[in-house]
Amino acid sequence: MTQVNGKKVEQISEVTVMFAGDSGDGMQLTGTQFSDTTAIVGNDLSTLPDYPAEIRAPAGTLYGVSGFQLHFSSKDVHTPGDSPDVLVAMNPAALKVNLRNLKPSAVIIVNSDAFDPKNLKTARYESNPLEDDTLTGHKVFQVPITSLTINALKDTSLSTKEIQRSKNFFALGLMYWLFNRPLEPTLKWIESKFSKTPQFIDANTKALKAGYYFGEQTELFTTRYTVEPAELPKGIYRNVSGNEAISLGFVAASELCGLPLFLGSYPITPASEILHFLSGYKNFGVKTFQAEDEIAGITSAIGASFGGSLAITTTSGPGMALKTEAMGLAVMTELPLVIINIQRGGPSTGLPTKTEQADLFQAIYGRNGEAPIPVIAASTPIDCFYTAIEAVKIALKYMTPVILLSDGYIANGSEPWRVPRVSELPTFKKEFYTDAETFQPYMRDENLSRPWAVPGTPGLEHRIGGLEKAHITGNVSYDPDNHDFMVRMRANKVKKVQQDIPALEIDGDKEGELLVLGWGGTYGAITEAVELARNNGLKVSQTHLKYLNPLPQNTEQVLRGFKKILIPELNMGQLARVLRGEFLIEVESFTKIKGLPFKSSEIFNKISELLGGSNGK
Amino acid sequence: MANNDNIEIKKLTAKDFATDQDVRWCPGCGDYSILAQVQRSFPDIGIPKEKITWISGIGCSSRFPYYMNTFGMHGIHGRAAAIATGLKIARPDLSVWVATGDGDMLSIGGNHFIHTCRKNVDLKILLFNNRIYGLTKGQYSPTSEKGKVTKSTPYGSVDYPFNPATLALGAEATFVARTIDREPKHMQEMIKRAADHKGTAFIEIFQNCNIFNDGAFSLLTEKDTKEDHLLYLEHDKPMIFGKEKNKGIKIEGFTPKIIDLNDGKHSVDDVLVHDEFDHSAARTFMLAHLSDNPEMPTPIGIFRQIFKPTYNEGIEEQIKRITEKKGKGDLEKVLFSGNTWEVN
Repeated sequence: MTQVNGKKVEQISEVTVMFAGDSGDGMQLTGTQFSDTTAIVGNDLSTLPDYPAEIRAPAGTLYGVSGFQLHFSSKDVHTPGDSPDVLVAMNPAALKVNLRNLKPSAVIIVNSDAFDPKNLKTARYESNPLEDDTLTGHKVFQVPITSLTINALKDTSLSTKEIQRSKNFFALGLMYWLFNRPLEPTLKWIESKFSKTPQFIDANTKALKAGYYFGEQTELFTTRYTVEPAELPKGIYRNVSGNEAISLGFVAASELCGLPLFLGSYPITPASEILHFLSGYKNFGVKTFQAEDEIAGITSAIGASFGGSLAITTTSGPGMALKTEAMGLAVMTELPLVIINIQRGGPSTGLPTKTEQADLFQAIYGRNGEAPIPVIAASTPIDCFYTAIEAVKIALKYMTPVILLSDGYIANGSEPWRVPRVSELPTFKKEFYTDAETFQPYMRDENLSRPWAVPGTPGLEHRIGGLEKAHITGNVSYDPDNHDFMVRMRANKVKKVQQDIPALEIDGDKEGELLVLGWGGTYGAITEAVELARNNGLKVSQTHLKYLNPLPQNTEQVLRGFKKILIPELNMGQLARVLRGEFLIEVESFTKIKGLPFKSSEIFNKISELLGGSNGK
Repeated sequence: MANNDNIEIKKLTAKDFATDQDVRWCPGCGDYSILAQVQRSFPDIGIPKEKITWISGIGCSSRFPYYMNTFGMHGIHGRAAAIATGLKIARPDLSVWVATGDGDMLSIGGNHFIHTCRKNVDLKILLFNNRIYGLTKGQYSPTSEKGKVTKSTPYGSVDYPFNPATLALGAEATFVARTIDREPKHMQEMIKRAADHKGTAFIEIFQNCNIFNDGAFSLLTEKDTKEDHLLYLEHDKPMIFGKEKNKGIKIEGFTPKIIDLNDGKHSVDDVLVHDEFDHSAARTFMLAHLSDNPEMPTPIGIFRQIFKPTYNEGIEEQIKRITEKKGKGDLEKVLFSGNTWEVN
């Protein structure tokens, strides 16, 4: 421990911070700024925004609390952290909502100005938690953030109301001091963000600096912390959220395959951001169509695909349900299309801003008739980029719709990404069919894929549609044998995708007592739990499925190598059922349906239990 | 050596637009006439076959693409306009046509219809209006008259019908016309005019379903009643109709009245002159609504043609403008944009 300016500097290896306040308090912005700066100083990190479905819930209410959790470390980070070490609570409700999740003896920084009788009552506190024993055991710092901000900005031309809106920058500045982070990245951001309203540049800059200097000068804080940079592979990095990564993935895929990108989409949480991002890439020739409804979102994409575009549609669970019939049309017409489902809590409207993995059955099975569609899932924010490219590759090669599953957790979460060079990415140019002599709409190549003959090609005029097609000619056919043949043909085609799927790899021993098998956004929590188990002397292997339909060729072989298979899922055990059904194999399903991601400790405890130990000891 | 000047581009014929598929509509169905008029008109329109795409939904009318030797997609119920919109955005070079029916476009597909009109997507929509569900064997449709007795309304329907032309006008379609399956020349003219229009061109075609709703338009098609009930809208011509060509439409205030040109009190100068390019919604609506009044004749022809940039043009223009401003997209630059830092 060293001393700087009379304050102790303590070096720690990792920390989880939660910024929480009213949904209008700017906590998401504060969290994002802290994340960006933390990434720039070289820590590995993972974030979890958690916000209410209401845009501005009534001030001070429990259900109006918006939070941003951030886990950063000098080591590898896989999750946003189970429990915060530090809570910044801008009001009593934010304190109340987050208190039960804090680590023992956590640091709590509260905006003491907000703990007035009205706010305490709105947060359903019978007495002031800052004055009774509610917070016993924690290190509580009462900072009058509102009045300190007002004081710092009293010389500006802003109204009191406007000044108060800068208080999140005061809190951010204080946290920068506490964790020894530079102010420059945020100062730069403030300048560009508010370039058209200079009065806010001035105000937010002052508030940020006031918070920082308050930390330095006040006797309240005696210790500040440093977290050394993590040892990350060399390269250029940026922070990226899952939705941003998936958008970039499709822009990249469009360039790599040489086809213009078309997005048909209807706004829905938590997928809308992809529409926002992609509508900004006009100079890549990206065409985004904000459709009149979910059905027009996918059907316009089918029309664009017929015309030769790389067509995609984005949505979340309820929208997925509306697109179901059109997915069948894409199966029947055998046109390439990627359907992206950013899963959220269901059923029905469910929990729009919360995460879940309960649309797996819907993705694999949810259509009328025998309508097989390849299904792949992204596992981390960064993986969204690569999975988008992978989905496009499959769709084009096999002339099929592909469902890409992400979820609210990885869509909104972010992590540092070593940005790849374009030369590191695969190329997969797609050729249209043009030979009028040999053309038949439903002839097939070695991959059982039919030719893509786009309008405008002389001599290739043909008709497709949702009615059953005759093999080769593509004419409407009600022939029983042909239908049997075509149903099996479509199934075989999707099965063929297996030839492009890499074998399922196991982290750890290839055989043993316990394998933890996951899919999608649970990757981080499972990985951290397995690391924890191994550090506790437990023998456990791990694997993660990206390809859910079809499954990798060696899936059964992998499963048969273990006595027990643990499948953690944020649903009622959907993958477990798929695997039991496919392989008649017993698996241990571990489920959670709270709209929240797994904590690694929850999975770790389950691992320990299955291996017959109390915490593995 | 061949002289290129002597090479003539062979003009297509109606037959060039026919496919090898058997046409499977019921004998006597009005759809046959529509198919024939489209096939006869298309050579004159002069667009190469491969540049034409027909999109449809579900229903008797929606089998149309199978019989046109162009590109085509038989879609799903109600979604033709949305599929066609996606295609037109992706491929503005194509001539995109929609074949649909009153159930397909105005019931299950109503949402796509109004938004396509509103956006002025450059599509040609032929709505085969037979005022009945044919393929599902005879339920009333959103254009069936109130009190319609069908299999699903044995005691008569209790809801009010849509007037497709007023709906299209209300949704701001830039080209709105009406024609009848039994008026082949008129229909061909409407099709050619629609083909020339830039923007959403909507043609309502009264089409007889001789199985489930026979004679729905007989007043307008039978010799002895037709002339007294049908009003041909022609640009710059007075709205005169009747066996003796003696009836005219006059406007009093906002109300249309029928005047007798032989009564000694009125002359042709009192008769309203049709202006296809009139922007005023009131007059156009009044005309489109005439058919809802049993006292009034039913107009066919072009209710309105106005000109404004299309949705797909807007998209192209924006891409061009942003690309000129920002330069053509550079993938590597975008990947490395935002707050980046280097780890050594």
